[in-house]
Amino acid sequence: MQTHTFKPDLPPPRMSVGAVGWLKANLFSNWFNSLLTLFALYLIWLVVPPLLQWAIIDANWVGSTRADCTQEGACWVFIQQRFGQFMYGFYPSELRWRVDATLWLAIVGAAPLFVPQMPRKAFYGLGFLVIYPVIAWCLLHGGVFGLSVVSTSQWGGLMLTLVIASVGITGALPLGILLALGRRSNLPAIKVICVTFIEFWRGVPLITVLFMSSVMLPLFLPEGMHFDKLMRALIGVILFQSAYIAEVVRGGLQAIPKGQYEAAAAMGLGYWRMMGLVILPQALKLVIPGIVNVFIALFKDTSLVIIIGLFDLLNSIKQATTDPAWLGMATEGYAFAALVFWIFCFGMSRYSLHLERKLDTGHKR
Amino acid sequence: MHTTANAPRPRGSLLNDPQVRAWAFQIIAVIAVVALGWFLFQNTQANLEKRGIISGFAFLNNSAGFGIAQHLIDYTESDSYSRVFLVGLLNTLLVSFIGIVLASILGFLLGVARLSPNWLISKLATVYIEIFRNIPPLLQILFWYFAVFLALPGPRQSLGVGEMFFLNSRGLYMPAPGPSESFGLFAVVLLATIVGIIALGRWAKKRREATGQIFPLLWTSLALIVVIPGLTVLIGGNPLVWSVPELTGFNFRGGWVMIPELMALTLALTIYTAAFIAENVRSGIMAVSHGQTEAARSLGLRPGVTLRLVIIPQALRVIIPPLTSQYLNLAKNSSLAAGIGYPDMVSLFAGTVLNQTGQAIEVIAITMSVYLAISISISLLMNWYNKRIALTER
Repeated sequence: MQTHTFKPDLPPPRMSVGAVGWLKANLFSNWFNSLLTLFALYLIWLVVPPLLQWAIIDANWVGSTRADCTQEGACWVFIQQRFGQFMYGFYPSELRWRVDATLWLAIVGAAPLFVPQMPRKAFYGLGFLVIYPVIAWCLLHGGVFGLSVVSTSQWGGLMLTLVIASVGITGALPLGILLALGRRSNLPAIKVICVTFIEFWRGVPLITVLFMSSVMLPLFLPEGMHFDKLMRALIGVILFQSAYIAEVVRGGLQAIPKGQYEAAAAMGLGYWRMMGLVILPQALKLVIPGIVNVFIALFKDTSLVIIIGLFDLLNSIKQATTDPAWLGMATEGYAFAALVFWIFCFGMSRYSLHLERKLDTGHKR
Repeated sequence: MHTTANAPRPRGSLLNDPQVRAWAFQIIAVIAVVALGWFLFQNTQANLEKRGIISGFAFLNNSAGFGIAQHLIDYTESDSYSRVFLVGLLNTLLVSFIGIVLASILGFLLGVARLSPNWLISKLATVYIEIFRNIPPLLQILFWYFAVFLALPGPRQSLGVGEMFFLNSRGLYMPAPGPSESFGLFAVVLLATIVGIIALGRWAKKRREATGQIFPLLWTSLALIVVIPGLTVLIGGNPLVWSVPELTGFNFRGGWVMIPELMALTLALTIYTAAFIAENVRSGIMAVSHGQTEAARSLGLRPGVTLRLVIIPQALRVIIPPLTSQYLNLAKNSSLAAGIGYPDMVSLFAGTVLNQTGQAIEVIAITMSVYLAISISISLLMNWYNKRIALTER
C-alpha cells in the first residue's frame, strides 16, 4: 500500500516573523503608520538625548558648593547638600532618628496587612490604626517619656507631606463612610444634610478650603481654644477629602445588590448591624482601588499647603531655590520634587491596579 | 392579609417603633446641626467684636489701591474692591476656558494615540500619561513658571518668530487685531454667510430624511465661508489692522501680551488635565464593542465614516460624564494660580483683598460661592448635553 507522507511545512515568509515581521506589523504597516513612526522617532530624538545629556552625562555629582558645579548639565550637588532639609524640614538634626523610627514602625507594623494569608487581618488593621497614630505623635512631637518637644512648626519636608497625607486619609475615611451611609439613608433630613455637605466640599477647590481653615477657623472657635497651623490645615484636608471618599463609598454601596439588604433585614439585623456585618464589608472591598485613587489625589494635593505657609516637600525645595548661595537651581529642585512625587503616586497607582485585578472576583453581573 | 390589617398592632416599646426612631434620629440630627451652627455663629460674633471687625459687604465699595498685572476690563488702582472681584473672576474664567479647550484637544489626540496600532505612538502616549498625571499640578505650575518662563532672556534678547511673535521673561508678545473701516461690512457678510450655512444644513437634513440623498454639506459650507467673505475683503479692503509688538527702549509696545503667569498656568493645567482626559477617551472608545465596527463595515461604510457615525457617537456617551468632572477639576485647579501670583479669583480676592480688609468671612464666602457657581454651571451644561446625546430607548 502506498503511504502518503506530507512534506514538511515551509517556514513562514521571512518578512512576517521575527524582528522584521514585528517591525512591519507594528510600525510600518502602511504609509500613514510609517509617517507616524518617523514622527515619534523624531519626538524621541528631540527630547531624550538632551535630557540624558543634561541629567546624567554632563551632570555634576560631587562637591559641596555651587562653585563645584563646573559642567554644563544639572547640578545634583544642590540636592545632595539640601537632602536633609528636603526630607525633614527644620526638624532638629540630632532628633531626626525619631522621624526615621516612626517611618520604620509604620512599615514594620503595616507589613503583615500585605500578607494575604494573615489571619484576623481586619482586627489587626483596626488595632494598628488606633495604636499607631498615638505612638507616632509621641515620637514626632515628643513631650512624653523624656523626649524633648519638637513643635509642629519645625516639621517639614517629605515627612510633613507624608504626615498630612496619612492623617488626611485616616481622618477622612470614617467620616466619608458615615457621609456615604447618610446619603443613601431613607431619612430625608439626614440625607439632605449629607448631600449638602458632600456637594459643598466637592464644589470648591482645596485652596479656598485651606484659606478658610487658616483664616476663618480661628474666628469660629471659642476664646482660649487654639489650633496650630498644621492642625488647621489637617482639619481642612480631612473635611475636603471626606466628601470625595463618601462619593467613592457610595459607588460601592450602590453596587451591592438589593437582595443583600433584604436578606440582612430578613435575618432580623438592625440598621447598624446590617451595614457593619453585611453591606459595608462587601462594599468597602469593592471600593478599595477607588480609595487608593483618592489617596493618590490627596497625596498630590498636599503640595497646596505651600499656600498657607507650611513647609512640605515642595515648599522646602521652593525656599531652597531662592537661597542666594544656590540661585538658578530651580530646574534641579523641581525635577527632584517631581521624581519623588512621581515615585509615590506611580507606585500607588500600580498597586491600585493590582488590587483591582485581585479583588475583581465576585459581583460581576 | 385583610384580616390582620385592621387588627390592633402588637404593642411594643415606643423605642422599637421604626417610625418613631426615624423621626427621633432626624430631629436629633437637625438639632445637632443647628446647635453647631449657632455655636460657631456665637463664637464668630464674639471674636469679630473683640477684633473690631464690622461684618458686611460695605467694604466692596472701598477703593482697592493696588495694581493688577492682567485685567481684561479697564482697571485702575482707585477702583473699588467689587471691580477687583470682576477682574479676578474674568481672569479665572479665561484660564479655565483656554485650559479646557487646549486640554480637550491634547487629551483626545493622546487618547486616540494610546489606542493606535502603531506600537511606538501608543507607548509614547502611555509614557506621557503616566508621567504627567502622577506629578502634582502645583509642582508643574511652579516648574514652568520659575524654571522655564522666568529663566527666559530679557526683552532685548527675545526669542522671536518672524518679527511678529516675541517670547521673553515678561511674556509672549503677539500681534493684536483691531477693526479697520471695512470691518462692519465684513462682519455683516460673515454673519449672513453663517446664517445661510445653517439654513442650508437644515434643508440638507430635511432632504436627506425625505429622499435619502446626501448633500456634500461640509465642502459646500467650507467653500461658502471662504469665498463670500474673501470677496468682501477683495472689494472692501482688509477688515483688520494688526498692531505688531515693537521693541522700544527696554520693553515691547503694541500687540497682545500673554504674561508668564498665564502661560505657566495654562500650560501646566493643559498638560496635567490632558493626561486624565486621554484616559477617559481611551476607555470610552474601548467601551464600544468591536461588533459595532464590524457591523458598520459589513454595511459598507468606509473606515472614516464608521468612526464618525458609529464609533464616536457611542463613545461620547461613555466619555462625557468623566470628562465633565475633568473640566470641573481644571476649573478648580485654576485656583493654584495663587502659587505663582497670577491675578485670579483666589490670589486677588482671598489673597490680597483679604489681607487688606481683614473681612475673612465675607471674602472666603464670596470666593467659595464663585467656585460653587462655576462647578454647578459646568455640570448643568454637561448634564444637558449628556441628556441630549443619551441613548433614547424605545
